[in-house]
Amino acid sequence: MNAPVKIETTLKDWETDQEVRWCPGCGDYAILKAVQRTLPQLGADPKNTVFISGIGCSSRFPYYVESYGFHTIHGRAPAFATGAKLANPDLDIWLVTGDGDGLSIGGNHLMHVLRRNVNMQIMLFNNEIYGLTKGQASPTSREGTKSPSTPIGSYDHPARPAAFALGAGARFVARGFDVSKNLPDVLKAAHAHKGAAFIEIFQNCIVYNKDVFNDFAAPKGAEDRQLWLEDGQPMLFAGGTKGITLDRDALSLAVVDVTDGDWEGAGVIVHDVTNRSIAHMLVEMPFGPFPMALGVLYDDPRPTFEDAAMAEKSAVSAGKEANLAKLLGKGQTWTVDGTAQDPV
Amino acid sequence: MATAATAPQDGLPATPESVVVRFAGDSGDGMQLTGGQFTLSTALAGNDLATFPDFPAEIRAPQGTLFGVSAFQINFGSREINTAGDAPDVLVAMNPAALKVNLAALKPGGLIIADTGAFTKRNLDKAHYDANPLEDGSLAKYDVLAFDISEKTIEAVKPYGLGNKDALRSKNMWTLGLALWMFDRPREPIHDWLKAKFKSKPDIADANIAALDAGHAYGETAELAGPLKQLHVDPVPSAPGLYRTITGAEAVSLGLVAGAQLAQLPMFFGGYPITPASAILHHLARLKEFDVTTFQAEDEIAAICAAIGASYAGSLGVTSSSGPGIALKTEAIGLGIMTELPLVIVNSQRGGPSTGLPTKTEQSDLYQAVYGRNGDAPMPVIAASSPGDAFEVAIEACRIAVEYMTPVMLLTDGYIANAAEPWKVPNPADFAPFPATFLDKPNAVDDEGGETFLPYKRDAKGARPWVKPGTPGLMHRIGGIEKHELTGNIDYSPDNHQRMTDARKSKVEGIAVPDQQVCLGETSGRLAVVGWGSTFGPIHRAVDNARRKGMDVSHVHVRHIWPLPKNLGALLRGFDKVLVPEMNTGQFKTVLRDQFLIDAQPLTKTSGQPFQIAELEAAIDKYFDGVDGNEGGQVAVNDEQLPSPKAEND
Repeated sequence: MNAPVKIETTLKDWETDQEVRWCPGCGDYAILKAVQRTLPQLGADPKNTVFISGIGCSSRFPYYVESYGFHTIHGRAPAFATGAKLANPDLDIWLVTGDGDGLSIGGNHLMHVLRRNVNMQIMLFNNEIYGLTKGQASPTSREGTKSPSTPIGSYDHPARPAAFALGAGARFVARGFDVSKNLPDVLKAAHAHKGAAFIEIFQNCIVYNKDVFNDFAAPKGAEDRQLWLEDGQPMLFAGGTKGITLDRDALSLAVVDVTDGDWEGAGVIVHDVTNRSIAHMLVEMPFGPFPMALGVLYDDPRPTFEDAAMAEKSAVSAGKEANLAKLLGKGQTWTVDGTAQDPV
Repeated sequence: MATAATAPQDGLPATPESVVVRFAGDSGDGMQLTGGQFTLSTALAGNDLATFPDFPAEIRAPQGTLFGVSAFQINFGSREINTAGDAPDVLVAMNPAALKVNLAALKPGGLIIADTGAFTKRNLDKAHYDANPLEDGSLAKYDVLAFDISEKTIEAVKPYGLGNKDALRSKNMWTLGLALWMFDRPREPIHDWLKAKFKSKPDIADANIAALDAGHAYGETAELAGPLKQLHVDPVPSAPGLYRTITGAEAVSLGLVAGAQLAQLPMFFGGYPITPASAILHHLARLKEFDVTTFQAEDEIAAICAAIGASYAGSLGVTSSSGPGIALKTEAIGLGIMTELPLVIVNSQRGGPSTGLPTKTEQSDLYQAVYGRNGDAPMPVIAASSPGDAFEVAIEACRIAVEYMTPVMLLTDGYIANAAEPWKVPNPADFAPFPATFLDKPNAVDDEGGETFLPYKRDAKGARPWVKPGTPGLMHRIGGIEKHELTGNIDYSPDNHQRMTDARKSKVEGIAVPDQQVCLGETSGRLAVVGWGSTFGPIHRAVDNARRKGMDVSHVHVRHIWPLPKNLGALLRGFDKVLVPEMNTGQFKTVLRDQFLIDAQPLTKTSGQPFQIAELEAAIDKYFDGVDGNEGGQVAVNDEQLPSPKAEND
């Protein structure tokens, strides 16, 4: 939620005096900097800003941001955030979670905070591994991931965070990655969205799952493997030589070549952030045959949970007096002589 | 009650001091409604009363089956009533299954009112009766008044053009009408209630009123013909004031609202449906004008986490559940203890372990409340002793939570939650306010003499400051990781953890708890019967009866389970023997032994049913029969009291 008054701050204002305890080279550092760089641009007010997290490497995040912060228990951050938001809708809440915290132990709460549409920014750091517990396969680990708990290679099918979010009813779904220069723009779009804004941030765990996203995140050849979506713009990548079209017979997306910039002729579709059907295709678009869809995949706000709760509360309270003495004596009452009284 | 020549002895006199009536029928027969309305009319007549609704876990068990029987028992009288009564004087059996399940509880010579219209071959088979008990002489030791209530109801509602199935739904009102006649009760309040209930369906209201009146009229006729006689129970003298009936669930809800008002805080209630705790969520959901926000969460864990999140943001967070749900909330309770935020957790205990007996009562979550967390995680625990007491206890829970910045567990149970009793409506102005304070400026001085803020700096009570997000200049981070004793920053150092563990412990141990009083009898002597929670009623009456027989016995009832009243150990040491009756296998007894090194003896019962006065009297008698070692023990289980074996889910 936008703070009512824009506050002038600098990146430094959002740094705490706490020693950052992530491994040197961890992708979390880049995300932290991106957030601390973005907050001043949003005009965010430190006193109204709350970072709420669960458990895991990513969930240490609140300790490093000079605002209010609540490091809660494993997987449950969305529930704490929902309670805090209902108690004070003016708070600007950022939820920090990971692939294990948000999709394994806390999958249920993530689903419900999204479907209820509680206004907050939800950053899911996806590194496809359990970092803080020393490297076990996570629900987003690719099949065949070798880890202490899967020494021969994992054989369960990975969850797709963005697809999960959209399926749960999210009205804002975006993707970015730790060292991407576009990450602040994605965060800004999420903050501008009124409602639960879900951002999957691919994050490099340099100790237990090093460079697992290099196939699309590595600078070399990035153009060919990253599709940065922008509302109202054609879905082009590879320097404009390729694009995404809709195969109307198969009802699926397809890659087409674009020659001489004639994307219209090639049938490349224009990104409409409010198109939920295309959003479903984008979150499911397999990397390899397709580029990785990044940026704002879907953004179509609808009324928020806390607004509905507040509206109901004021509607049912209208004209009613909060008189405790009357409440206690409500219903059919009698006095000691046995005389029935009318309900109060 | 017995006037017929063949009637057995032990019948009721025409003006009994107290009477126990049990309405029993199929779960679809509306027995709880009948009982509820009879309770109201009894209260209006000025009797003291206690009720015990006893229903199956199934919503609509197959009709006519033994496990589908729903019962409502009421004990009312012209003297103080402490329990729902040991054994009914009158059993209303709407079908064979209801008779079979409840007959064993009936007093010898008691009156059975049975609907012959429901004693069909099919229903007799379902209740596993080989022969019709109304006809085979097996009920000889009781008074039996058997007639076709079904037919009479259909007849009574005929003018309203209802089909047979709809007409039979008024059977319970016909029966209620008869009961109103029996105890000389006015029908008008029930008429008014029916008119209000069926406001949009006046035909149904009229049909029910006709059935009620027909049942009442039948009483007058039957009195002339047979064993039925009108009884009069005098009003009980009680303190002047306004009264109403109240269930524990209502009292907890109202107490929480009052507590939040006294703390001058908005209340946030996070709940998840569970028997028998859901009623609190239902009540509070209708009280939003009292600045109450209710949130039905996706699970028990989310319910408590949202409540903690709301407390963090400056509301009074409250959550409520029963044993299995409390188990799920346990990790979050630990976080509440670690981050030292106010929170009230209501546990309406039911039979356990696991799903256990969802609709039956037990006190077996005491260990869970006092000890059931990982780490050294002290938390105050208080227990309500009756439906009305739950109001004050809920206020007390709010007070402790806010003044000491801690989660508090409030224990009630299935009996208290569902049972109703007359309640003298309190005046909210009689309760001292305990307004919450929020820190809004630095609370310490740093090394250079500048102002600074220490989130874990404690006050004289050991409580840390409560700071709402949104407060300028006091941004800070909290969490479940061990934190520095002043700054709240992550701190794993050995000395710091030792000090923080000690600080959490001494804060809870230092909570101001009123000294323990003896609620009946002397402050020292031969035997103290020590109870907690819903056993108050039967213990009180049993001790009273024993004292009237000259036994040197006292009743001590403990509200503050943790921390215990400071004088409790010394008080109990003043008695030769200490007996602790509880509806578990001896949990509070163990706590007392542990805390005070006294030889507390257990008296335990885990049948899903409350103690009977007679069971407790028998246990007390053993201390006075001169036989050493013949004390305490386990109450013999009455098979007929056991809940249905089919209780599932919830």
